[in-house]
Amino acid sequence: MNKVEFYKETGPREVFCGLTSIVWLHRRMPDAFFLVVGSRTCAHLIQSAAGVMIFAEPRFGTAILEEKDLAGLADAHEELDKVVNDLIARRPEIKTLFLVGSCPSEVIKLDLATVAEKLNKRFLGRVQFLNYSGSGIETTFTQGEDGALKALIPLMESTDEEKLLIVGTIANNVEDRFKKIFKNIGINNVESFPPRQSTDLPKIGTNTKVLFTQPYLSDTLRDLQHRGCEILYAPFPLGIEGSTKWLLAAAEAFKIPDLKVHEVIAPLANRARQAMESHKKILKGKNLFLLPESQLEISLARFLHNECEMNLIEVGTPYLNKELMEEELKLLPENTKIVEGQHVENQLDRVRKSQPDLVVCGMGLANPLEAEGIHTKWSIEMVFSPIHGIDQAADLAGLFSRPLKRNQILTTKTLATHK
Amino acid sequence: MELTLWTYEGPPHVGAMRIASSMKDLHYILHAPQGDTYADLLFTMIERRGKRPPVTYTTFQARDLGGDTAELVKRNISESVERFKPKALLVGESCTAELIQDQPGALAKGMGFDIPIVNLELPAYSKKENWGASETFYQLIRTLLKEAANEKSKINPQRWKELGRRPKVNLLGPTLLGFRCRDDVIEIQRILSEQGIDTNVVSPLNSSPDDIKRLIDADLNICLYLEIAEASCEWLKRNFGMEYTTTIPIGIENTINFINEVHNKLDLPLTNKEELENKSKLPWYSKSVDSNYLTGKRVFIFGDGTHAIAAAKIAKEELGFEVVGLGTYSREMARKVRGIAKDLGLEALITNNYLEVEDAIKKTSPELVLGTQMERHSAKRLGIPCAVISTPMHVQDVPARYSPQMGWEGANVIFDDWVHPLMMGLEEHLIDMFKHDFEFVDGHQSHLGHTAVNSQNHEDKHKTENIETGVNEIIWTDSGKAELTKVPFFVRGKVKTNTEKYALSKGLAEISDETLYDAKAFFS
Repeated sequence: MNKVEFYKETGPREVFCGLTSIVWLHRRMPDAFFLVVGSRTCAHLIQSAAGVMIFAEPRFGTAILEEKDLAGLADAHEELDKVVNDLIARRPEIKTLFLVGSCPSEVIKLDLATVAEKLNKRFLGRVQFLNYSGSGIETTFTQGEDGALKALIPLMESTDEEKLLIVGTIANNVEDRFKKIFKNIGINNVESFPPRQSTDLPKIGTNTKVLFTQPYLSDTLRDLQHRGCEILYAPFPLGIEGSTKWLLAAAEAFKIPDLKVHEVIAPLANRARQAMESHKKILKGKNLFLLPESQLEISLARFLHNECEMNLIEVGTPYLNKELMEEELKLLPENTKIVEGQHVENQLDRVRKSQPDLVVCGMGLANPLEAEGIHTKWSIEMVFSPIHGIDQAADLAGLFSRPLKRNQILTTKTLATHK
Repeated sequence: MELTLWTYEGPPHVGAMRIASSMKDLHYILHAPQGDTYADLLFTMIERRGKRPPVTYTTFQARDLGGDTAELVKRNISESVERFKPKALLVGESCTAELIQDQPGALAKGMGFDIPIVNLELPAYSKKENWGASETFYQLIRTLLKEAANEKSKINPQRWKELGRRPKVNLLGPTLLGFRCRDDVIEIQRILSEQGIDTNVVSPLNSSPDDIKRLIDADLNICLYLEIAEASCEWLKRNFGMEYTTTIPIGIENTINFINEVHNKLDLPLTNKEELENKSKLPWYSKSVDSNYLTGKRVFIFGDGTHAIAAAKIAKEELGFEVVGLGTYSREMARKVRGIAKDLGLEALITNNYLEVEDAIKKTSPELVLGTQMERHSAKRLGIPCAVISTPMHVQDVPARYSPQMGWEGANVIFDDWVHPLMMGLEEHLIDMFKHDFEFVDGHQSHLGHTAVNSQNHEDKHKTENIETGVNEIIWTDSGKAELTKVPFFVRGKVKTNTEKYALSKGLAEISDETLYDAKAFFS
């Protein structure tokens, strides 16, 4: 490993909790429902993060704890039972129901595993119940997906069949592209986890080779390892470089020569490089500061430095799993400053002091920084947009060049912002 | 336990944040885990604030729970006081911290700061956002004016005469994330100044703890939003004898009543009474013949208490609608709303469940819905025109233009906002009526390049076009077609045209998925 500087920071944070990942998980698996057992805050958080308003009855909801639940006047298990019965009656199409733990349910030690077990017996053959925690005292933002996937693993049957399993939620069209490219390379048996239907779980076993699309799945990794799966370590498929190395890692595991991979992706990479040119012109030489949120920060920093020639001032990450990130860290430039955790006030002081050209941050901070004359890209878009793979490299670069380009276009530079 | 898919109000600490964020020189220490920071985006994204809410989240984690979370609270308090140098401090907990009982307020008070500290106890498992805002505002006023309450003599609203100055009033209740508060304040101040009445303090919006200490310099309080300011006005009345107005100046009659109430309480003669009815265009627009078709339109109303009550009055008395449903999600205002509904011969709908509201809309089959953004969605699904009259806040409810709900201009805004959706409804109806005419064969036709021929000719022409384009038509392969369907529908047309243009320019005979990506890269 090269000389990357690691720092740890604790203090007040400005990040979402793991419940937020429900927003993309429920779209990936349209036959699943996510029932948070929590407070009004949890309900308000998800509806706010989900784009403020919902357009149809959503496939997520909150069983809101009330005073009588806390005072022990009502049996929490019975109450939850009632809520679940209501829900299943109203949404008979639900095949999987995730009971999602929250900060309050964790603190009062509500045993959702036992509840799920009982419900599984009662609804046997109709609905499967799973539980995991998306609480903010244990998880940050994307880690919620880690919990949900981990909960699904025990339901996956065993197989000796040789296959490639790509793990982590990606956009459906990106998934299709990956499968096609793998096929062209010569890997035909490719499956994804999470699947598009919660009941359509891939089988796994000792001949399953796992390639992660997302960097935030530490617990899932460990459990897949326990099931005998072989983990393929690679940079994550963001940008041309990351995607290429990611594909090469798969090819190597399937004993396919590198040359074959290069042959398949050369035209794709050429076209992507061409498409990236206009974005690169804007991004080149600009200074970048990434605040912690999604755990994608290190991969994004690698892409924006190596392929868009941006300078890295600081790379924040809410949590750093060095095992999973090893291949990424190798690709970072010398002396990259990585800060794990957050003290949001101190970090913003560093932002102001370093006057970066672009800050990647959450929605709570973006407009206030813009008002100070610092350009931002809000990071939640990274988890909602198709950004993975060579074909999306230019789109990914575009997410960062757009705010800078916009600033060049707009004539009004000094704004009396609404402070 | 209550199943909630969506909620009109946030938790009570979000209400406290609304007070803190509305004010200057005030800081809020919130004992809460990291996820609660989501609430910042309500202010920075929805309200487009260029400033972070003045809130420090203690950010306790599971591993802290076994240890000393009290130390964590104290560290955050010290750091925040030093960094932000507030003139007063709010200290409270969110839902999770309430369970671990660290009592951050008591901790803060024991730390020896010489600024006022308000210990907020907002029960997260029984109360909601507006209650939290009201309680926070009340506790802040109480803390800052406690000492003055002991010594001060009663405030007579007519004392301005003896003091030899113009009468002075406070406007209480406007906050961030409140419906059109920013503009209501301007409108009401304008109306009052026309009457020779000065504004002493507007609070909480843009005020500071120092301003709150000055509240008692005024002769009268104007309670603009009952949900937020009624408790505070009551306390000021009890402790300082300060009178407050109860008429909410939304709509023509209410605005006139409001002006009368202010004058009566101040004992100030009203000189321009006759002019008042002509200050807004609403009365004339409503009388003009064009508005005849508004008569008896069935309208369903749902929102916060203040706006729902006002809407019912305007709808019935000033626009000539028939109110067929009335409800609110403000439990604290339930009794008032029930009373108004009863007068209208209705049973009020008091609920926090949007599906119950949608169901009630369906059952009453109104021609117009006046509701929140959620009712706008429900109405859209049901094909009913809708105007938004109340929070919860959406980015569209913070318009760039001046658009109050209160006062004369507020009445103008209301006329436009409520009547235009109905006219759109009328247009839809016309389109529906004429849809069998040949101009409409292919749906709504543009006036551009549309040749008015009879439908037979139209069809013939269509056929020849097909044959003509068939000659140099490019073939979409299965993979190409499949890829195209994955493009979001609203840009699919453009992607298709661009790809074909690209294929033509390259002399390609067919378009595969790869061609699509080639074209995408070419045009990007």
